[in-house]
Amino acid sequence: MSNLAVLPIIIPLLSGIIVAFFAKNVKVSRVLAALFTIINALVAVYLTSVVFTDGTVILETGDWVAPFGIVLVADPLAAVLVMTTNIIALASVFYAPFALTVKKEQHYFYAFYFFLISGVSGAFLTGDLFNLFVFFEVLLMASYALIVLGGEKVQLRESIKYVLINLFSSILFVTAIAFLYGVVGTVNMAQIAERVQEVEQTGILTTIGILLFFVFATKAALFPLFYWLPKSYIVPNPVVSALFGALLTKVGIYSILRVFSLIFVYKISLTHEIFIWIAALSMIFGVIGALSTNNVKLIIAYNIIPAIGFIMMGIGMFNEPALSGSIYYLIHDMLIKTALFFIVGAIVYVAGTSDLKKMGGLIHHYPVLGWLLFVSAFVLAGIPPFSGFIGKLLLLEGALENDKIIIVIIALLTSLLILYSIIKIFVNGFWGEQRHIEPTEKKPLAGFLVPVAFLLSFSILLGVGAEYIYPSIESISTYLLNPELYIDSVLKE
Amino acid sequence: MYKPNDLIFRTTTSLIAFILLGFSIYLLLAGHNSPGGGFIGGLMTSSAILLMYMAYGMDIVKKILPINFRLLILIGLLIAVTTGIVSLFIGVPFLSQTFTYVTLPIFGKIELATAMIFDIGVFLTVLGVTITIISTIAEDQ
Repeated sequence: MSNLAVLPIIIPLLSGIIVAFFAKNVKVSRVLAALFTIINALVAVYLTSVVFTDGTVILETGDWVAPFGIVLVADPLAAVLVMTTNIIALASVFYAPFALTVKKEQHYFYAFYFFLISGVSGAFLTGDLFNLFVFFEVLLMASYALIVLGGEKVQLRESIKYVLINLFSSILFVTAIAFLYGVVGTVNMAQIAERVQEVEQTGILTTIGILLFFVFATKAALFPLFYWLPKSYIVPNPVVSALFGALLTKVGIYSILRVFSLIFVYKISLTHEIFIWIAALSMIFGVIGALSTNNVKLIIAYNIIPAIGFIMMGIGMFNEPALSGSIYYLIHDMLIKTALFFIVGAIVYVAGTSDLKKMGGLIHHYPVLGWLLFVSAFVLAGIPPFSGFIGKLLLLEGALENDKIIIVIIALLTSLLILYSIIKIFVNGFWGEQRHIEPTEKKPLAGFLVPVAFLLSFSILLGVGAEYIYPSIESISTYLLNPELYIDSVLKE
Repeated sequence: MYKPNDLIFRTTTSLIAFILLGFSIYLLLAGHNSPGGGFIGGLMTSSAILLMYMAYGMDIVKKILPINFRLLILIGLLIAVTTGIVSLFIGVPFLSQTFTYVTLPIFGKIELATAMIFDIGVFLTVLGVTITIISTIAEDQ
């Protein structure tokens, strides 16, 4: 028992409530929000260090013993993702004052931002399938409020689509949990895993697994179910888009990773084979979307989909290098997507438009912004020595181990096209003559750029310091490939 | 001038609202170990207040109930979360609860549970949220 596991959930929750009391006083809420985020980040770092030295931290909430009560399980994977979430939160809280108008900040931005972080951390940490649904709802509620923040017409239109699709997948989620409960008689993930193992995933269990996969695939925006994502992710403020792009889809893909490495792992030739093809199609369609548009925000939003495809590919391969690659890529993508959304937010701010055809020559006034975008493009596409390279290398290694040559070719081509889609912003937006409509005097950008540089430094660290980080990631994938470790740590204390 | 013909409605409201409010408090207090609870209690209280809104109009009810319902949401949340957090400081798992029996002059021997405090938080939050939603929709022209 250790209450440490609940702190990354409870600190943001309490912070959100406290900040909401001071919502009208923007200065106080900014200071408080920054302070609480720093505290939470430090706690997350401490939790991760404890998990990596002493093993998984378990908390049986309310003193109810494991299969009966709700358990929070801070295993290495969850701890690393919570830490990454907090790094993103830290960057966002310092970016927000520059990106948001005072009126939006007064409309409880910081409160909902904290509730979102709380829900995301909860989803990573929970060891109970129904509780996972609850934390999905917590983060979705916060995201509904954040997506309409500002109340513009286009936001309301997109939010209806967003709310409906999420409500539908939530209904499906509860239904799938009810089916699963009907078959195995428990919602504790460790106990589900144990019982599915006993019956070797016979009968209806695979069907329920696929049903759960569809729920998570909707949240993660995988191939047939990504249509709702790009447009609804570009309508809110850049800082909200960044939080959505970095965290929400990743919670979906984390759930797939968790459920299909812990519970449904006995019919791999069926389920995981499907995943590989879905991954390939997500990559292709996502990158086609990114190439099809001249809206800078939309280019970044479409780039979420191939990234999810890459992570999915590793889960489909289900061997050690591929899973390490997936986890590496997951962390890398959370950081770099936030950075890219921030950069695009700054570009739109200085150019006054999000249409690439109306931009040009930004490099004359904003060289730092330009080069940060350039580096980000390289990080995203996986040019060595940046973090994307290590993730992709491991994924391809895993794919080659399973003799899946076609997906290797698709993945490499997709990477090339991703690089092209981002470099397009650089070439059209930063090169050439100044064409944007805004007055030509220089706008101060330091507030926008510091959080971006902060995130990029982590990306570079992940790439350059791979030698030191890789063993930890490898230990996570070994842990995932042995579900008994998770089951034992939860049920047999 | 248009005058609504709502004598029956107003008379029954003043009667029913009392019963609703009383019963909702009963539900709140019974909640932690028999049917009821903060959620349903909060909903029932807000339905009583809503009934008064409909019978007497927003302005009059706002005058007799000068409560900032948005603040009520936050206070409720704070109470509910605090009951969980207290257990962190006394070194038991998050959300642990306890109870004790006390003997009071009139009521006799009753059970006091910490789950009750959590329920009060839920009660206030539900009340605040429901009234905020309904009054926002009602004020929208």
